[in-house]
Amino acid sequence: MNRAAVLAMIALAAAIVLPLLVPGYLVNVGMLVFFLAFIGQSWNLSGGFAGQTSFGHVVFFGTGAYTSTILHVTYGWNPWLAWPVAMAAGGLVGWIIAFLSFRAGLRGSYFALITLAFAEVFRILANSVPFTKGGLGMLIKAEPGAANFQFRDPVWFYYVALALCVVSLLIAWRLTQSRFGARLVAIRENEDAARALGIDVFAEKVKVLVLSGAMAAAGGTFYAQKYLYVDPNIAFGVDKSVEMLLVAMVGGAGTIFGPLMGAATLTAINEGTRWLASVVPALKNVQPLSLIVYGAMLILIVGRLPDGLASLFARRRRHA
Amino acid sequence: MFDPAIILAGVLNGLLAGGVYVLVAVGLTLIYGVLHIINFAHGSLLMLAMYAVFFLWRLLGVDPYVALPVVIAGAFVFGYLLYRGVIGRLSHGRDENILLITLGLSIVIDNLALLFFGGDTQTIDVSYGPDLQLGVAFLPVPKVVSFAASLLICAALGLYMARSDTGKAIRAVARERQGARLAGIDVPNIFAISYGIGIACLGAAACLLMPTYYVTPVSGHAFVLVAFTIVVLGGMGSFLGAAVGGLLIGVVESLGGLFLGEQLGQIGISAIFILILLLKPTGLFGGAR
Repeated sequence: MNRAAVLAMIALAAAIVLPLLVPGYLVNVGMLVFFLAFIGQSWNLSGGFAGQTSFGHVVFFGTGAYTSTILHVTYGWNPWLAWPVAMAAGGLVGWIIAFLSFRAGLRGSYFALITLAFAEVFRILANSVPFTKGGLGMLIKAEPGAANFQFRDPVWFYYVALALCVVSLLIAWRLTQSRFGARLVAIRENEDAARALGIDVFAEKVKVLVLSGAMAAAGGTFYAQKYLYVDPNIAFGVDKSVEMLLVAMVGGAGTIFGPLMGAATLTAINEGTRWLASVVPALKNVQPLSLIVYGAMLILIVGRLPDGLASLFARRRRHA
Repeated sequence: MFDPAIILAGVLNGLLAGGVYVLVAVGLTLIYGVLHIINFAHGSLLMLAMYAVFFLWRLLGVDPYVALPVVIAGAFVFGYLLYRGVIGRLSHGRDENILLITLGLSIVIDNLALLFFGGDTQTIDVSYGPDLQLGVAFLPVPKVVSFAASLLICAALGLYMARSDTGKAIRAVARERQGARLAGIDVPNIFAISYGIGIACLGAAACLLMPTYYVTPVSGHAFVLVAFTIVVLGGMGSFLGAAVGGLLIGVVESLGGLFLGEQLGQIGISAIFILILLLKPTGLFGGAR
């Protein structure tokens, strides 16, 4: 086993025993980090590795959240059974958006904007059609029990999020080892050159968006089961799209550990401002501060550190 | 519901709303045409200008229309400095990176507004007399004023671009950067001026909007997709396209609300945006690329 693999095993072991050692509040924070890293990784597959920047990735997240919730609440499915269906739905939406956009030859900013518009269409539809219960949102009845994907002890959500995060890291790692991943990077670096080399650019881009869409949808179901509620703004609002993008961009787009590092950084900033607001009464309205910091980080990272925080570590290791 | 009089009133109201959209979209299309930047911070900067108009009225009692020259000048300077200080320095490389930088700017601006101004909805309470009656339609005076003033300002800007030396330099840079540089034009300065003019359009739009509209820190969101739809519909970089597109989108929005209801009516804008990008990305007036 090489050094990186040993380090990864130690980190995983630490993450598994962590909940036994720290208070419940930190377990919840850890759950948020892994969940955010997971949906950030889904953005990273298409936005980072393949370079298809999306501003509307929440469309897949929301499709997953609504698909499983409708199957569970309206049709009485078990949420565990609804989960793979939700992922399939997310993959299908990914396929449709990718097929339409890439067939029309949209690239770069145009692709980013059309994904935003698709998310907006889904948000408006979810607000208007009867089977999503419109703007009221959908409540999932609380029936605690592992069989219902609702856990009496929140530590189990931590472990599910950890498992999702590990799976997403393995997918990203597999991607860097595979020819599929190499083709995606070639497309990101120079699409025309990639095509000239015989890569079926269209098919590869559609494929990665299906994968990414299915992953984001899995995150949507997790979110719905954790909070037992979805509404159009949570499921299809621009905030989550931005969050997924930020996590990957800040941590390092197109790197395996970028989304995890980005998720840890952003969650730390978020908890930091929340703590500040709670101890200093004069600063009780500073919650927007965390987003101001995120935005500034995005600007600086895109402008000055395009490979994200992960590149700081990579560089240091190379020098050592 | 399908009474032609109601539809006519809807069309008129849509056209009036579209007038201000034209101004917002002209700013966006100018920035795109010259700098090839998709300015995602456009809506947020409009929101900021609307707050400027609001505070001028609240704190100093300045009427929004009287504030027009001040806000336009202030917006120009703000835009110029923003380009010089942030966007121009960092905007190199791929176009989606520039898009991400302006996205970052919009996040920062929206949340600064939330931090300092709070989340409450703010309105200006001014009266300009009773509604004008045009056939069956009742048109509020400020909406008629904003429509006329928007189109006047756009025409003035068009004239400025066609006749003035700066306008000529801007058009030269838009067409051929290298050639313009060789001809002795200070290209980075022209970039900053163009960005400033684009934002100045938002300053004007803010003054014209505030008498009938409201502002919150998320007001920008409502405008950003509308402005992009207009610009894409008219053809990226086309002035005439932005004008026609703006009026068209105003009417679509108004009739969408009329026929599909408040909620579902908004879908028209996004649907047009998607269809244009998929079917005719050069827009109605965009040249072949």
